[in-house]
Amino acid sequence: MRRWTLWLPLALFTFFVGLAAYQLTQPKDEFVHSGMLGKPLPEFDMRPALEGMPGASLADFKDGQPKLLNIWASWCLPCIAEAPQLEALRAGGAQIVGIAVRDKPEDVSRFLETHGNPYARIGADDLSELQLAIGSSGVPETFVIDGNGVIVHQHIGDVRESDVPKLLEILQEAGQ
Amino acid sequence: MMRLTLILAAFQMLFVAPLQAQDSLPPAPYAYRQLDDPALEAKAQELMETLRCLKCQSQSIADSDASMAGDMRHQVRTRIAAGEDPEAIRAWLVERYGDYVSYAPRVTAATWPLFAIPLLLLLIAGIVLWRRIGRGQGRAA
Repeated sequence: MRRWTLWLPLALFTFFVGLAAYQLTQPKDEFVHSGMLGKPLPEFDMRPALEGMPGASLADFKDGQPKLLNIWASWCLPCIAEAPQLEALRAGGAQIVGIAVRDKPEDVSRFLETHGNPYARIGADDLSELQLAIGSSGVPETFVIDGNGVIVHQHIGDVRESDVPKLLEILQEAGQ
Repeated sequence: MMRLTLILAAFQMLFVAPLQAQDSLPPAPYAYRQLDDPALEAKAQELMETLRCLKCQSQSIADSDASMAGDMRHQVRTRIAAGEDPEAIRAWLVERYGDYVSYAPRVTAATWPLFAIPLLLLLIAGIVLWRRIGRGQGRAA
């Protein structure tokens, strides 16, 4: 046996330690990204999530106008933090369709009274069906949908102040 | 007595925090209800045990009490009851959430070394063994 082969186990060990150290220093992507970008929304028709507002269906997304689809819930704490940013998006010209996941009408009303109502319409997703169908893994998430009902962009987590201009830009691009 | 109250209070705190972010709707019809046909339920169970709960770390949807996992169980059970193939349901979810949602290993561009390396090591071990034994016999003769 040659001399250098004696060093082989140590070299292998060092290589794996180095590999592990490198991977540990890399930022980790904790998000589960949707595989549905570029694909159309599925057929759906939801009851209104509260009295006095329209529900949501696929047809609403096919009127030629790009829209934001906001997956949220009155029981979701980050959704409270997101509320002012949704209001800013609405003020910036965005049409926002809310999808309330597993929510009661009275809870939805109370949330909107307290934190404002930026939505044009809100559908109730009682069995998380639309959420699963578009690859959303939590609340809140915001999707950009073009005028033909095709999913263009997914924003995971609450919309921060710095995300507002970017979302408006993507929304505008989706309309061209 | 005071001490016991404090301990109980501390114990209750453990349960209060996670409950804050819970919805108030009842679970989906088939979240906790088995299918009437035992064969179909077995099929559904097998699939649910190999699908990851997206909200909770390292739990299958069969193990999780998260409401989203309940909604996923409802969907798996109703689709299997409607005659859909379990692997088609898995593929449907993988299309949406990537391999992350499935616990069943797949050979892909990223995972093939995991399958190839053990075979390669076995092959190398075989060659080394064959040469050693071969050499040993050569010396004995």
